Amino acid sequence: MTCDEARILLHALLDNELDAGHARDVEAHIASCPDCAAEFAAQREMQRVLADTNLRYTAPASLRARIEASLPQAQRQQPSRRSVLRGFAMGSAVSALAASGVVALVLRQDDQQRILSEVVSAHLRSLQAGHLTDVVSTDQHTVKPWFNGKLDVAPPVIDLTAQGFTLVGGRLDYIDARAIGAVVYKRRQHVVNLFVSQTSNTEYRTPKTETMQGFNCRRWSNRGLNFWAVSDIGADELAEFVDKFEAAMKANVEG
Amino acid sequence: MPVNDDLQKAQRFREAALPYLDDVYTLARYLLRDASDAEDAVQECYLRALKHFDSYRGPAMKPWLFAILRNVCNAEYARRAHRPSAIEDTPGAAEQTPIWQESEASPETEVLRSRDAGAIRKLIDALAEPFRETFVLREINNLSYREIAEAVGAPVGTVMSRLARARAMLRAAWTAEEEQAK
Ligand SMILES: [Zn+2]
Repeated sequence: MTCDEARILLHALLDNELDAGHARDVEAHIASCPDCAAEFAAQREMQRVLADTNLRYTAPASLRARIEASLPQAQRQQPSRRSVLRGFAMGSAVSALAASGVVALVLRQDDQQRILSEVVSAHLRSLQAGHLTDVVSTDQHTVKPWFNGKLDVAPPVIDLTAQGFTLVGGRLDYIDARAIGAVVYKRRQHVVNLFVSQTSNTEYRTPKTETMQGFNCRRWSNRGLNFWAVSDIGADELAEFVDKFEAAMKANVEG
Repeated sequence: MPVNDDLQKAQRFREAALPYLDDVYTLARYLLRDASDAEDAVQECYLRALKHFDSYRGPAMKPWLFAILRNVCNAEYARRAHRPSAIEDTPGAAEQTPIWQESEASPETEVLRSRDAGAIRKLIDALAEPFRETFVLREINNLSYREIAEAVGAPVGTVMSRLARARAMLRAAWTAEEEQAK
């Protein structure tokens, strides 16, 4: 073996890339050649120092998010106002989509604000005479089927009369030019509209209360659904409504 | 249903390719030597990888992604028309030069002092292509020689000589800096 060859093969020896026969050849050359032996020792030392140093980079979280967002299903469902309200599709192919958790729905702040203002406008419209309910019933087993065929899948309808919020009916509404289900409750004489839309994001988002035009709106996401509860009752009472609704939903799912 | 097919494909791609994001980003940083260029290249790499994911037959995802990243970066090299490197500016000539030239000065007595990662990264950044790429793929991305050959589309013998050359140049630059620091 020449020194030329050894100077290349000694790296393969360092990297454990040589078969036994070639490894023996290189070792034999190093044993008999001080120059190559010195180079081998020096390279082994450098490799040791390099191995002790973190030379890797970590991809920024923003890059990861950009890549996630650029995957094709994210493009089909642009995280924009067009896809925020897609109607109901639980139990259909779309809920498989939601359950797979592959689509992160990220609303830009201005979109959220715009949706919120549409939700509050819808609430206001519903308070006008004759607009509150399309189906009037305090029975969830009447209200829930009424949505069937009007939306892909009925929104959850839960009677909370025992918890102090009386179910009074349901209504089809339109937000962002799309049909959306509204479940209507009353607390004393105050109307609570619960707007529900399907979302591709299955992540739980903790409820947050915002105020717009004098109405409280508590917004949260759970089980692939976006919820907006809107009313003129106080923020603490609205929070209580949401807590009781979620508790009943949880009991339904587990029961 | 095509929507579901696409989603399942995307999910498989996500599970197969996203775990290597840091590896791909690391290589991009060393190839392009610029953080924001690296981000753009990595994003483009993942887009192309998804597009070709149907034809991917495994088993090694990492070299496959690296090969795609290289193609993305090559366009960037062409655009930049070769930014000068400090150690070697002409890869062609460098590959022909004997590789032990720099280390003739009493190598027995040299012991490399540990350096911080930033200083070592600078030394690596100063290596000329294609040596820098081969070195990073082996030493930092931990690819085998065969995987490197696959990723860069060169014979294993070429990979071996480039790696030897890269390490010789790196050590020469390293010891030269330490000489200056004395
Ligand atoms: Zn020798």
